[in-house]
Amino acid sequence: MLKMKDISRVYQTDLIETHALRSLSLSVDDGEFVAVTGPSGSGKTTFLNIAGLLEEPTGGVYELDGTEVSGLSDNERSRIRNEKIGFIFQSFNLIPDLNLFDNVDVPLRYRRMRGAERKQRIEDALGRVGLKSRMKHLPAQLSGGQQQRVAIARALAGEPRFLLADEPTGNLDSLMARQVLDLLEEINLQGTTVVMVTHDAELARRAHRTICLLDGQVTDLNPFGGQPNENHGLAVGQ
Amino acid sequence: MFAYHLRLGWHSLRDAPVLTALVVGLIALGVGMSMVTLTIYSTMAGDPIPAKSDVLFNVQIDSWNPQSPWDDDRPTSAPAQLTYIDAMAVRELPGAERRAAMFKSVYTLVPDSPELKPFLTGGRMTDSDFFAMFDVPFRYGGAWSQDVDRTAERVVVLSRAINEKYFGGRNSVGETLTLGSEQFRVVGVLDEWQPTPVFYDVNNGAFDDIQDIFLPFSTLQFGELDRSGNTNCWGDENVQTWDEFLNSNCTWIQFWIEVDRPTDVAVFQDQLDAYVMGQKELGRLPRPLNNPLMDVNAWLQHNEVVSEDNAVLVGLAFAFLAVCLFNAVGILLARFSGKASVIGVRRALGASKGAIFQQHLIEVSLIGVCGGLLGLGLSALGLQGVKRLYHGYDHLVHLDLTLVATAIAIAVAAAILAGLYPTWRVCQVAPASYLKTQ
Repeated sequence: MLKMKDISRVYQTDLIETHALRSLSLSVDDGEFVAVTGPSGSGKTTFLNIAGLLEEPTGGVYELDGTEVSGLSDNERSRIRNEKIGFIFQSFNLIPDLNLFDNVDVPLRYRRMRGAERKQRIEDALGRVGLKSRMKHLPAQLSGGQQQRVAIARALAGEPRFLLADEPTGNLDSLMARQVLDLLEEINLQGTTVVMVTHDAELARRAHRTICLLDGQVTDLNPFGGQPNENHGLAVGQ
Repeated sequence: MFAYHLRLGWHSLRDAPVLTALVVGLIALGVGMSMVTLTIYSTMAGDPIPAKSDVLFNVQIDSWNPQSPWDDDRPTSAPAQLTYIDAMAVRELPGAERRAAMFKSVYTLVPDSPELKPFLTGGRMTDSDFFAMFDVPFRYGGAWSQDVDRTAERVVVLSRAINEKYFGGRNSVGETLTLGSEQFRVVGVLDEWQPTPVFYDVNNGAFDDIQDIFLPFSTLQFGELDRSGNTNCWGDENVQTWDEFLNSNCTWIQFWIEVDRPTDVAVFQDQLDAYVMGQKELGRLPRPLNNPLMDVNAWLQHNEVVSEDNAVLVGLAFAFLAVCLFNAVGILLARFSGKASVIGVRRALGASKGAIFQQHLIEVSLIGVCGGLLGLGLSALGLQGVKRLYHGYDHLVHLDLTLVATAIAIAVAAAILAGLYPTWRVCQVAPASYLKTQ
């Protein structure tokens, strides 16, 4: 599903050069649920941005779903993001002046889908996260947990093959966090590959395997103790 | 996608009413100012008779002083008007389809009702061809016959306005009215007609209303009339009587011909030159041969009917629009920068740079349409102001469909121009940098 080889990302200013990722190589198979962990500044978010085609790597080869995506045009990258990738962010990133229906509608609009099909998918997705009855509400009228469920519904509506979650429970209390995680597991069980960046040990343990990053590279050290990839006996993809 | 972007644009305008009002106001102000000057300029500089402007020719004869040209600044220019002697001779030259001598006059119109006081009204003495030549529309009746151009009957054609005033707008053909001490029979009443500029007599108020009374040129023979137009004389002629005036070197008659075929223009020109050469043999017209025939647009240009100041004014108004746009760019930059995080989300969810560009371009176009509509309102107000402040601008200041469309087009183009840089900037948003921090 996802293969990265020797990926590097360097941020340059006039004065300094920051290596966010250094020769990072890993792979994630179809249907996996992978947690990416590591201390602050280890390159987790940069990894996620590159994986989600939101940033281009400075060097290396990135294959997504069998396609070499480095060097694709903006249009192509946008199309792949729209059709194959779903995003869930820590801060939900809902559009505040659109109601839930219109928020979930956003990725479908860019897919130029017909109205009836969009409506059906939006209702299904909001139904799946238990918010169908509130689809005319604005995000500000919902709790944090509900907002994150809307963000999940938005990601699900596009039926992505690949779900990227950046600290999806970071802004939620433990009950809400558990509900969100249950939802992610359910989505994964239905075949969607999930890559989740998290600091939370409990969340990481519920993934099939954990990839630890340190200084922009995959490391064997598991911040939560034990071996990094022993959750379900799966190996770190290299 | 267009409808979706239109909806988003409308949504966005409503969500930031103050910024929207500022940008719309700026564009409206610039467009309003530009449209007022452009409206006046385009009306002044337009072709007053597009269907025939290339077949109508003003006739000039250089009958001026041999010692000095008619116009010191343009020594090759001939006088704008003809002497009576030359006008009567040109009237007889062959080669033109139609011809009309004319001059501006003023009459005292004496109402039948003793309750109404006599009043002065502007008139024009001309030949019957004037009406057909200049496509003058009639509401009732028509022009007098060509016979009248020789037999000098006391007949009159009225403007629609004076017919309203004097006869209450009814069909007055056959009725009489009193001009000074003479009775004239009405043979025709004009429909609405106002060439702008009044090309056939640019030296007597090119932007004035048309005259109310049209009399046969031939009625000159009844004696001296109250001429009110421009008269230019040279030399030391002792002009005391009406007959002396008619035979003087004074120029005061405008003369127009209609020549439908280009070859006939040359024929008429030859006839005119031959006439002048004949006059030279008689000791008249001592200046070098200079008898230009100018079509309507050449004539208007030659007389500088629309001064350069008007074009400068239009330029200044558009410069003001540019200043407004410059300010609008700043506001749009601030507005779009404020939406960077939402744009980041849209980019993450699959919007390409092109889609974001289109969305924001549609939004600024929407601002342009609003600015254009408000600008039209301001234009209408501005034109009303011009109307009130400056006499004679009444028929220059109106917005027609073309100008309405122009205003909207200018506003949309201006808004797109102002929005281009902010839109381009917003498309450069790196989505990743806003997703974490929203």
